[in-house]
Amino acid sequence: MESVEWGLMAARTQFAVTISFHIVLAAFSIGLANFLLVLEALWLWRRQQVYLDIYHYWLKIFALNVAIGTASGLMLEYQFGLNWSRLSTQAGEILGPLMFYEVMAAFFLEAGFLGIMLFGMKKVGPGLHLFATGAVAVGSIISAFWILSANSWMHTPRGFSIGADGRFLAQDWWAIIFNPSFPYRLTHMLLATFLATAVLIAGASAWQLLRDPTNLRARVQFSMALWTVAILAPVQIAVGDLHGENTLKFQPQKVAAMEGAWTRPAPGAGEPLRLFAWPDMAERRNHFELAIPRIASLYLRHDLSSTIKPLTEFAHQDIPPVAVVFWAFRVMVGLGLLMLALGITSLVLRCQNRLYNARGMLRCCVLMAPAGFMAMISGWVVTEVGRQPFTVYGLLRTADSASAVSSDQVIGSTLTILFFYLVVFGIGLSVLLRILRQPARTGEQGPQPTLPDEIRRS
Amino acid sequence: MEGDVIILLSAAALAFSVLSYVLLDGTDLGVGILLGLTPSPDRRRAMAVSILPIWDANETWLVLGGGGLLALFPLAYAVLLPALYVPFIAMFLALIVRAMALEFRDYTDKAHIKRRIDALHLCASVIAGGCQGAALGTLVQGVSIQNGEFTGTGWEWFSPFALYCASVLVVGYAWLGACWLYWRTEAALQQAARCQAKILSVATLVLMTALLIWTSTLNLNYAQRLSSHVVEYTTVGVGLTAFVAFWMSFRARSDVLPLICALSLFVLGFALMVITLFPFIVPPNLTLKAAASSATSQKFMLVGFALLMPVTFFYNTFGFRVFSGKIHSTKVRLLE
Repeated sequence: MESVEWGLMAARTQFAVTISFHIVLAAFSIGLANFLLVLEALWLWRRQQVYLDIYHYWLKIFALNVAIGTASGLMLEYQFGLNWSRLSTQAGEILGPLMFYEVMAAFFLEAGFLGIMLFGMKKVGPGLHLFATGAVAVGSIISAFWILSANSWMHTPRGFSIGADGRFLAQDWWAIIFNPSFPYRLTHMLLATFLATAVLIAGASAWQLLRDPTNLRARVQFSMALWTVAILAPVQIAVGDLHGENTLKFQPQKVAAMEGAWTRPAPGAGEPLRLFAWPDMAERRNHFELAIPRIASLYLRHDLSSTIKPLTEFAHQDIPPVAVVFWAFRVMVGLGLLMLALGITSLVLRCQNRLYNARGMLRCCVLMAPAGFMAMISGWVVTEVGRQPFTVYGLLRTADSASAVSSDQVIGSTLTILFFYLVVFGIGLSVLLRILRQPARTGEQGPQPTLPDEIRRS
Repeated sequence: MEGDVIILLSAAALAFSVLSYVLLDGTDLGVGILLGLTPSPDRRRAMAVSILPIWDANETWLVLGGGGLLALFPLAYAVLLPALYVPFIAMFLALIVRAMALEFRDYTDKAHIKRRIDALHLCASVIAGGCQGAALGTLVQGVSIQNGEFTGTGWEWFSPFALYCASVLVVGYAWLGACWLYWRTEAALQQAARCQAKILSVATLVLMTALLIWTSTLNLNYAQRLSSHVVEYTTVGVGLTAFVAFWMSFRARSDVLPLICALSLFVLGFALMVITLFPFIVPPNLTLKAAASSATSQKFMLVGFALLMPVTFFYNTFGFRVFSGKIHSTKVRLLE
């Protein structure tokens, strides 16, 4: 029994590791692809060299990012069979087609035009090249559509029947794809990719501006990134609130865990916002609780006295690990508020005409560079750990989803993958930082600038 | 009856994805192997350039194969991956290294680091190709299943047969790589590729023939399937034609012909595997029919496949065409 539990834990860790790294890469790809599309369109529209220079600069980073992203995504496509084969047997008929459509509609579109986008400017000309960039950007969004649909179905399964052998059978594809949590999750995640990318670009540009405040390219990209943050951060908070309401409706124990709400407050007292607490699964209560009364009622129920169904009113074997969900949620919201503050500050500084010279703000931007991605990972922890102990919410338990693989193999491979990913991503990050240290120059070159001359029909 | 047709079409779609992957990315892995074995930095650069714009699209077929297997034959997906646990994870890690080695190599100016990166590229390509071969070998030798779950030890791929398959595929991939380079390069590099392609063609043919004989001794069904006259004659006929055409094609004006001949031998090998296994998807017990998802799911995907594949095919071809032509190494830029 002991070894089985270790095996299950290792399998979950392996999924967590492979998906966390992949989410960052995939999200950065989505964000960058769309940023690049805007840059190239601006270049063609206004005919200013500065946009092309910035385009080429970030294109190099995009190339490296997508290369590892494709390879790490490959690993994920097979994770469902490697470690979760019983989930695949049970739900493969529903999850498989969504992933299949992701590959056909999105990955091929991205991969097919990627070569042209990276190396083909001289070969196909600006018009067709813009089309290629657009295809890659649209492809990245379509891929988010399908994979988040599959993910959302596991949270809020709809449109299925259960066969005689206990497997999920597809009944209504429309209901499966547009399941109740999908629109919220998709919007929240897409905004997160744009926001995280913008915060990272702002950070890198701030670093470059601290060294040379007159650098035009650093200024332009800094300004674009901060406009994005200023507009999207408040929108994201509003969408997050809607997503939370949706979760409250369909996965109430997740929200109870996010709030650390073990028992119902006295009637009329409302749900407090717990700023700090140490949730204890065994005693079913919080230690060291520090809370502001009624505030949670305000953002959960939009009044001052309503409460939510607390954790002790659910069967104990059906609630997620509360501490992880509770803290990950606070990290996400905290970082979200910081990004909101960053956006507002940028607007104020812009009005005062000192956006590029306020060194304090520039330093804050550098420190905040990874904040968007950290918030994104925290958000995933909230939603995914919050779904436990189920893989298909309410219907299939995680313990009943795993493969019949020996725990030794699972533990060994998980450790190998973890070590390997740390090395690979360490190298990737160091190359990335090396590129980002050098600001974009006039006449900046894309990746492999000589390639079009090296390959030609004689 | 209609259900059977849908299952067959699904199997064909899946086989098409896997075969496309083997042909396309197999060639890239072959180039990776040869690249790692080439001493000259200029030549290594030319070899890397030849696959740089397209490897990503080629690898996508493997993602399609994974999604397709899960969607179309979920039971096969659920037993095959646990059975091939170690080789698959090793393959994915190797493919990550390959991706990095290829995309990151030109971010260093130091010749010795570049050499090490290319050596890593070689190792990754050999491991990825070897794992794919071992996986196919493990599949062919049979996977033990009970109640829809894999019941083996997970070390079945460490058998003489599976490891032999690994070596066949690695040598075969290297052959495809050499043919690719013969097509895409010129002058001395092309001469070297011609020489490699010729040696590797003989090696591949011998290894593949021995594999065929070995496979037919694995069990009676395989022996019967492979020794039927139709199969025998077609195999010998097509195989010899492709092989002879390969040797003659070096005299032709078009440099792509040797690659086409080599690829057609691979298609023959793949077809023989399918013929041997049919109607099983995971021998000795799991048939295509038993592993298939419901007709609703399969139809939903086949419609998408029929609509989107031609489009995919169109822009992939376009992507290939944009970067077609010979590689001319530019001495100017190389700092080595």
